[in-house]
Amino acid sequence: MKLVYKCIGKNMVVKFIGEIDHHQSKTVREEIDSVIYNDNIKNIIFDFSNVDFMDSSGIGMILGRYKKVEDKDGKIFLVNVRGNLDDIFKISGLYSVAQKYNTVSEALEVV
Amino acid sequence: MDNINFDNYMHLEFLNKSENESFARATVGAFVAQLDPTVSAITEIKTAVSEAVTNAVIYAYESKIDYIYISCGIVGRDVYINVEDKGIGIPDIEQALEPAYTTKPESERAGMGFTIMQSFMDELTVESKTGVGTIVKMMKSIEE
Repeated sequence: MKLVYKCIGKNMVVKFIGEIDHHQSKTVREEIDSVIYNDNIKNIIFDFSNVDFMDSSGIGMILGRYKKVEDKDGKIFLVNVRGNLDDIFKISGLYSVAQKYNTVSEALEVV
Repeated sequence: MDNINFDNYMHLEFLNKSENESFARATVGAFVAQLDPTVSAITEIKTAVSEAVTNAVIYAYESKIDYIYISCGIVGRDVYINVEDKGIGIPDIEQALEPAYTTKPESERAGMGFTIMQSFMDELTVESKTGVGTIVKMMKSIEE
């Protein structure tokens, strides 16, 4: 999996490309955390438009980032969530701490 | 696997390396493809296999290198998948099946693996004995 990100003020837009599993999530979380720390990120928008596969390791990875930003009242946004991923997010109760939007620009309007 | 006369059957064994999580789910997905399932059904099976294999990679052998075994049988439209390890076992299966239960929260485990397997498959049973190992047995019927 590859990760592409851009920072807009205190907001980080993270786009995953490929498959998110236990093996892959180990490396991306370090990469995201260093940006959260160095750029003083408050809100994170995760873009799933190019994710081919995700299992519950992705839930752990998202919740871990939520814990990094919740102290500064930061929020997590999930965009371009399709079929199976939506099921996994619903089953795991992720929508109680993260909000779903259709597109990155819709999420950026409300951050 | 249980005594069923399968129309087709395959067996995999591989080391408990996290690199093999994608190998395992892709291989089972490719085997099941002969039933011409929907993309959604294939994704559900791959996700369930990924959850079971990831559990075995993370919890079964602690830091030891050892084997994980997958058996997959097809009878009619039913797919049977067993994911087995010969690791430390699960002392309390009922507790392990509870949503959000994990013994490794520090590794960012959400504890949702079994819940997702139960949601995506039609049947799930877990057999485990401390010091002997664990078998996760799953079944899913593929719609015509």
